[in-house]
Amino acid sequence: MPFWIELIVSLLLILGSVFALIGALGLYRLPDFFTRLHGPTKATTLGVGSIVIASMVFFSWRNGTPSLHELLITIFLFFTAPVSAHMMAKAAMQQKLPLNDKTQGKPWE
Amino acid sequence: MLEYVVPLCMTLLGTAMLLNTLRLLKGPDMPDRVLALDTLYINGLAMIVLFGIWLASDLFFEAALLIAVMGFVSTVAVSKHLLHGDIID
Amino acid sequence: MKILPHPLLTIFLTLLWLLLNNTVAFGQLLLGLFLGWVIPLLAGRFLLKVPPVCKPFKLCLFLLLILYDIVVANLHVARLVLGSPRKLRPAFVEVPMDIEDEFILTILTSIASLTPGTVSAGLSTDHRTLLLHVLDTDKPQDVAEELKTRYEAPLLEIFRCSST
Repeated sequence: MPFWIELIVSLLLILGSVFALIGALGLYRLPDFFTRLHGPTKATTLGVGSIVIASMVFFSWRNGTPSLHELLITIFLFFTAPVSAHMMAKAAMQQKLPLNDKTQGKPWE
Repeated sequence: MLEYVVPLCMTLLGTAMLLNTLRLLKGPDMPDRVLALDTLYINGLAMIVLFGIWLASDLFFEAALLIAVMGFVSTVAVSKHLLHGDIID
Repeated sequence: MKILPHPLLTIFLTLLWLLLNNTVAFGQLLLGLFLGWVIPLLAGRFLLKVPPVCKPFKLCLFLLLILYDIVVANLHVARLVLGSPRKLRPAFVEVPMDIEDEFILTILTSIASLTPGTVSAGLSTDHRTLLLHVLDTDKPQDVAEELKTRYEAPLLEIFRCSST
């Protein structure tokens, strides 16, 4: 395997897993539900997206033909992450979850 | 180089999944657990893709895609259940 | 009944089928075209009405801007997560919406969730107000203004055909 392909794949993999880890860290240590929502919707989506793109580059080289179907997972994740975040936020507002003291403004309902 | 990078990434992702599991156990409320599960399945998907690179096998793509689709549907279904008490409007 | 109700959807479904099978073989192309023809016919009444795109070039530029903002959003969230959680100043902001079309509204709320610092948390039943949660801000109103000028105005311009 040529060095530069290996380099690209490795960089994408490391970048992706670091972002996934940051998303999980945000989920673990931020104070209330609505702040926790930010980590997974952004960091985890991009992290997993770049891991999947690394796999795309790897298999394209290995099979000798372009292997684009991993792109489907990335696109799907980018479409669905905001939708599920929105649904969970609505559920949380309806259940009147406790908020961080410093929150400005009010949720609905 | 890849034989060192892939285990490193697996360790990082494993730590991420461990943190998600801790949040899943800790709660404190239902939406928190749903969010933790949502993140957990996305990270598990990444783990499967990584495993596919490690074994250099194309077969894991379908599993990853299925997990993505099923995970999204179940997250939305549980959120709907929390919102209205039933799933279909 | 029209024979080909949604030509763009047909092309999209064919591409999706080819991507899913990871091939451009002739047989799969035929099967993809067939599925792309049958599915819009069968699902016709459930489909959302997609407004016509008037400025395709502008749409491409806008997509690049979104991609750039997604990366910026990740660095932003990473910095806040690794910093001290006590210093966060989260806020709820209500943003009045000028968009009436459902499809564009969906796109805008998704963009708001993926771009720096904000997650869309609710939409009022009359589709006039969007509730945003901001992770860290001094002036919540500035965030609302930025959403309107940076994303809503270009979206309206891309999809508004009557003015040209």
